[in-house]
Amino acid sequence: MATDLTRLHAHEMGALLRAGDTTSSELLEAHLAVIERQDHALNAWQSTDVAGARAAAATADTGIARARREGSAALAVLPPLHGIPVALKDLVVTAGQPSTAGSRILEGYRGVYDAHIAERLAAAGAVIPGKTNMDEFAMGSSTEHCAWGPVANPWDLSRVPGGSSGGSAAAVAAYHVPLGIGTDTGGSIRQPAALTGTVGLRPTYGRVSRYGIIAFASSLDQVGPFARDVRDAALLLGAIAGHDPRDSTSAPVPVPDYAAALPTDDDEAASVVRGMRLGLPRQYFVAGMEPGVEARVREAVAALAAAGAEIVDVDLPHTDYGLATYYIIAPAEASANLARYDGIRYGHSIRGGDVLADYLATRGSGFGAEVKRRIMLGTYALSAGYYDAYYLKALKVRTLIKGDFDTAFQTVDALVAPTSPTVAFGVGARMDDPVAMYLSDACTLPVNVAGLAGLSVPCGLSEGLPVGLQFIGKPFDELTLFRLGRAYEALTADASWRGQEPTDLALLDDPATPAPGSRRVT
Amino acid sequence: MASLSRDDVAHVAHLARLGLTDAELSRLEGQLNHILDQYAVLAELHTDDIPPTAQTIELETILREDVVTPSLTAEAALSGAPERQGDYFVVPVILAGGD
Repeated sequence: MATDLTRLHAHEMGALLRAGDTTSSELLEAHLAVIERQDHALNAWQSTDVAGARAAAATADTGIARARREGSAALAVLPPLHGIPVALKDLVVTAGQPSTAGSRILEGYRGVYDAHIAERLAAAGAVIPGKTNMDEFAMGSSTEHCAWGPVANPWDLSRVPGGSSGGSAAAVAAYHVPLGIGTDTGGSIRQPAALTGTVGLRPTYGRVSRYGIIAFASSLDQVGPFARDVRDAALLLGAIAGHDPRDSTSAPVPVPDYAAALPTDDDEAASVVRGMRLGLPRQYFVAGMEPGVEARVREAVAALAAAGAEIVDVDLPHTDYGLATYYIIAPAEASANLARYDGIRYGHSIRGGDVLADYLATRGSGFGAEVKRRIMLGTYALSAGYYDAYYLKALKVRTLIKGDFDTAFQTVDALVAPTSPTVAFGVGARMDDPVAMYLSDACTLPVNVAGLAGLSVPCGLSEGLPVGLQFIGKPFDELTLFRLGRAYEALTADASWRGQEPTDLALLDDPATPAPGSRRVT
Repeated sequence: MASLSRDDVAHVAHLARLGLTDAELSRLEGQLNHILDQYAVLAELHTDDIPPTAQTIELETILREDVVTPSLTAEAALSGAPERQGDYFVVPVILAGGD
């Protein structure tokens, strides 16, 4: 019986490629077929580059054939992602390809250079089938604020996949690709990973270069991986992490070989937690958390304790101020970053008669409602007379929030917490209430404010929908997070929910299933 | 903390160079005030002696060598321009009067 290649992990695909049991072209075609069959109902993809991907796959196959002729040593040194499909979020600029950041203001825009991570992925032999839908300029927690329509959640097509990297999350969950790139400014990788049952990592600020990544909030944005297991996420981070002189905030910190440090054997992987001290932040079990989510997270913590981890309660006393702090800093930075969209140099352009009228018309018609809201908030928070009360105050509270984490990390190796207080919510449920939408990220955005790394891994189901477990680490200690995530996978390898595929895959296959957004939760 | 009047909303929209409809201004007046109410919680914290944190990793100012390096060609930089003339972006007349 033929294996369904799309169901494999990237590291398994890599092994088949090296063994000569499949080709990169075969892998690509298998994935393109699923995208072609299902995306009318999922809307995960903004654009595909079939010709470019086929050329990259053919090149990858040539490289594998050459390595095979040269012998096993040459095969062994092929980069781990050689020949593997990887989705890019639609804010990763690539030469000649569309990059809209989910916004009408970049409709028709094509990149004139490659982002650092695109160069790195190409050099590693990865194959890019296309770019995925997202909340406009990464502002949102549901991927409904996308100029090209909302993305569905493969577990329930009437629910959101989370956001803002919802397209990459949904594409990985629905087997359109084994790996995807996201960005996380306040939770935009971890929260959609939790809501789609995938693995997602927000790296430490400075870990991955943002050169060529369309900016939202420059002191908060980071680029990171989506995958269907921890080892794959580690492979993808390894391929993109490291210093890049073109991003002055990219940190000159050595990158460990993450994947090599993760045991394949489950017993060995699980043994890593023995003797580790894990902090359980009291404040992350927030009001409004669904009982099913809290139950799954506490069961996961109990499993880690049973495997020998020492669980200690910790206080992060300024957690409750995180939301307000974030929603001042992020819009303030966004209002400055988005000033560049002027309708003169590229993108959407409406002429209004004079320069000012051009700006008003171009920006008024090019940006969507949430982006306008954030630009307004940020402009107000930075305006004369309010700067001290809002922006400076938020930067000072940021110091306190970061201090909470610094204190906690003096006594624990990592923190363990929920990723999202709820499972995936219905399309439309939070669209008319921005504050309710912002609360979706209550457990993730303090990590961004403090510049830390966070990993979300699936930890079971509540009412049939995925729940995410979050590990938060010290700066540049992604390796401990991967080890913990891998250990938790090993400890739960036999859990019945592990074998469960997203519920609505069959509906995605049905040509009669309507596009997301044309359905509502009843 | 302050609350925004509709005129304030229109003023901020002008500062941000956003052309908004009357319906948008009305909706934003309510939504922005609701969001600003959430910010009020920060006033509970005494922060007079707390230094601000603008950036979380401690990097010294990063400077590169002052040498010419490859950059976009004029053709590439202009490739997305809605309107160009030769090697220039076209904008409406900014200073009135001249010839």
